[in-house]
Amino acid sequence: MRAAPRFALALAAVAATLLATMIATVAVLRADPGGEDLWLLLILLTLLVLAVPVLPLKWIFRRYVDLPLRLAEEAGLLLTAHRALRLRERGGPWDRFVAVLNALADQRDALERDVEAQIRAAKASLEEEKNRLAALMSELAQSVVVCNLDGRILLYNNRARQEFKPLASDNGGSGALLGLGRSVFSVFERNRIVHALEELQRQVQKEASQPLANFVTATHSGRLIRVHMAPVMSADEQGRPHISGYVLLLDNITRTVENETRRDLVLQQLTEGSRAALANIRAAVETLQNYQDMEGAARERFLTVIADEVSALGGRINQTLEQHADSLKSRWPLEEMAGTDLIAAAQRRIEARLSLATRVDELDAQLWLHVDSYSLIQAISYLAARLKESFDIRLLRFRLLPAGRLAHLDLIWSGAALSSEALASWESEAMQLYGEDTPLSLHDVIDRHGGEIWFQRDSATQQAYFRLLLPAAAPVELVARAAIAHGSRPEYYDFDLFKRASQDHAQDERLLTELSYTAFDTETTGLDPSAGDEIIQIGAVRLVNGRLLRHESFDQLIDPGRPLRQESVAIHGISAEMLAGAPSIERVLPRFLQFCEDTVLVAHNAAFDMRFLALKEAASGVRFAQPVLDTLLLSAVIHPHHEAHRLEAIAERLDVDLLGRHTALGDAIVTGEVFLKLIPLLNAMGIFTLKQALAAAQETFYARLRY
Amino acid sequence: MSKRILIVDDEPNIVISLEFLLQREGYVVAVAGDGEEALVKLQELRPDLVLLDVMLPVKNGFAVCQEIRAHPELSAVKVLMLTAKGRDTEVQKGLALGADAYMTKPFATSELVAKVRELLGE
Repeated sequence: MRAAPRFALALAAVAATLLATMIATVAVLRADPGGEDLWLLLILLTLLVLAVPVLPLKWIFRRYVDLPLRLAEEAGLLLTAHRALRLRERGGPWDRFVAVLNALADQRDALERDVEAQIRAAKASLEEEKNRLAALMSELAQSVVVCNLDGRILLYNNRARQEFKPLASDNGGSGALLGLGRSVFSVFERNRIVHALEELQRQVQKEASQPLANFVTATHSGRLIRVHMAPVMSADEQGRPHISGYVLLLDNITRTVENETRRDLVLQQLTEGSRAALANIRAAVETLQNYQDMEGAARERFLTVIADEVSALGGRINQTLEQHADSLKSRWPLEEMAGTDLIAAAQRRIEARLSLATRVDELDAQLWLHVDSYSLIQAISYLAARLKESFDIRLLRFRLLPAGRLAHLDLIWSGAALSSEALASWESEAMQLYGEDTPLSLHDVIDRHGGEIWFQRDSATQQAYFRLLLPAAAPVELVARAAIAHGSRPEYYDFDLFKRASQDHAQDERLLTELSYTAFDTETTGLDPSAGDEIIQIGAVRLVNGRLLRHESFDQLIDPGRPLRQESVAIHGISAEMLAGAPSIERVLPRFLQFCEDTVLVAHNAAFDMRFLALKEAASGVRFAQPVLDTLLLSAVIHPHHEAHRLEAIAERLDVDLLGRHTALGDAIVTGEVFLKLIPLLNAMGIFTLKQALAAAQETFYARLRY
Repeated sequence: MSKRILIVDDEPNIVISLEFLLQREGYVVAVAGDGEEALVKLQELRPDLVLLDVMLPVKNGFAVCQEIRAHPELSAVKVLMLTAKGRDTEVQKGLALGADAYMTKPFATSELVAKVRELLGE
């Protein structure tokens, strides 16, 4: 735009020059007193002189000044606001310029698309790798926990979760000790870990090829854990490697150690315990041999010694065998298997291979067995096949019942009995199976289990059956597979926590997006705690790094110590029978507080739940002093003109699923999901920190109404 | 004069044999049933050799052996330890505490007698 005045100035200068020339001419002509015509001519000439340059000058101005200026403006748009715009060719010398500019813009767009595609691809492959890692971790039979230097847990697998569940004796509590972002020191003694970390640091400094620290430690709950600890290495700005976290590989060796201790004891009893007795016997025998001249009474004393010692030794061996049958069994690797699973597998196989119908008569669903399932199912199928051949049975029935440290597995049929010779030959032959012969005999398989088999007949019911005695096992708690199927991405890890600053600076100033939360809800006997209404259920779920962790939930029924009101039963659906045997609120609250450790509480209409908790402070000795965010108030901050701030209404507005409502855990999950969706909306209003969110909530109309 | 031997063991069934055996071999034999009694009889009788079991009531064989070696007046007493535990760690401990020899139960009576003779320089 600056060019325009300059051009006007030039134009004025040209005009002035022309004018000056004309005036000079006039002055010359005036000196010659010619005539009037000449004057007229002169005036016309002047006008002509003035008009002639103006027309081409306007054309020149448009073409060389105005057009490039407009092109520059358009090109500016192309840089920023309207990136898809292309400059129009208008004819003339600028067209080449326009073509180059457009080509550059095309090139830029293509490059951008390319970069975006690459970023997308890289992200996708990273995500895939992460998921693959998570899948691998969750299938691993060993417990894995990864922590950053603060001891915050970044990753743990299914096995670890299972291992560190609260003890079953803890009355069904579900508050998990392991959780993303939680401190690993709630499970392990801090100093033990710190000590091992120092050891790793020493090894790293010495540039050990594979820094590793091993130790055995007891957890707070008394379990013995063998820990392998390896560092997670990162490079600092100068590219120097340093430890940024560590991987803990954990083996629960409590049972192994117990077993070994028992075996050692048996060994000791059988060796050292026998030495003394043998010494006594040997000395007596040798004395008798060497001093044959011994008189009758002395000889009698020696013989008594021998008789006593031999009988005592025999008794001790019998006793040891009885007490330690488990520890002394053959060491064929047996697996722990639920009895139900074993029978179901045998049934499938018999029905498919032998076309023989099967049925389960009686089954203890709690019963677990110590078996080599492959060979045992072969053996059961083999027996079924022999029964079908020999007696043409149409139905084979199963019964599985516990018998002390053993289990009875019965194969029952109606009809013909079996001679003991027949069973003996069935037992000792190599098992012939349809399509898969094996060198093993039934006897081998039973032996492998340290079991027995016999044939029995119940004359009252005309039933004949084989009874297999098998070792029972302690039930193994299964990991809920469903949990993995939920959502595409397992929730056991969050590597972004590596970058999380340690939590030592004031929570108030921290961003909503980086805090950890516990979304919770309670069900109560009624609405008025001061009139004696009580909490009967607490459900809670953790929100870490913008994700709701369904696995890390708290779900606990509570005995209110008073009868339920009929009208409240209609709302929460919790009956008196369900609460029978549930712990009291005084026992539950300390555990819930532990679950909430280091988090901000989130609840819908939090004031209600907090009032119930506050009234229990004295009785339980537990105070919930954490900051509390209320989704009701935050929703009112965001949508001040909406009337409805019930959880259902907000959830619907924010497109959150309402599955499983009106259980405490179901509502806690909805509350958590709602809260996660509220955070970006709060950010859009300039509310970023916890402090700002608390202040905004406090200022809403609803808050004033309430407090 | 025949040499004196003190048998220290709480199991009568072995004492019977050892006592008979050593008497027949011509030794003067005394018996103690626990560690304290052993120390008393050591002072009283001043035996030439002690057959000392490790697992004893009141005071175990290691402690007895240590006390014997702590008393200069008993320095001449030979100590032959007998034990039902055959661990080499124990053998080493016994020898370190001053036992002259060590035998693990069950032992051959002939070997025991030979060992006793050897220790007594016969």
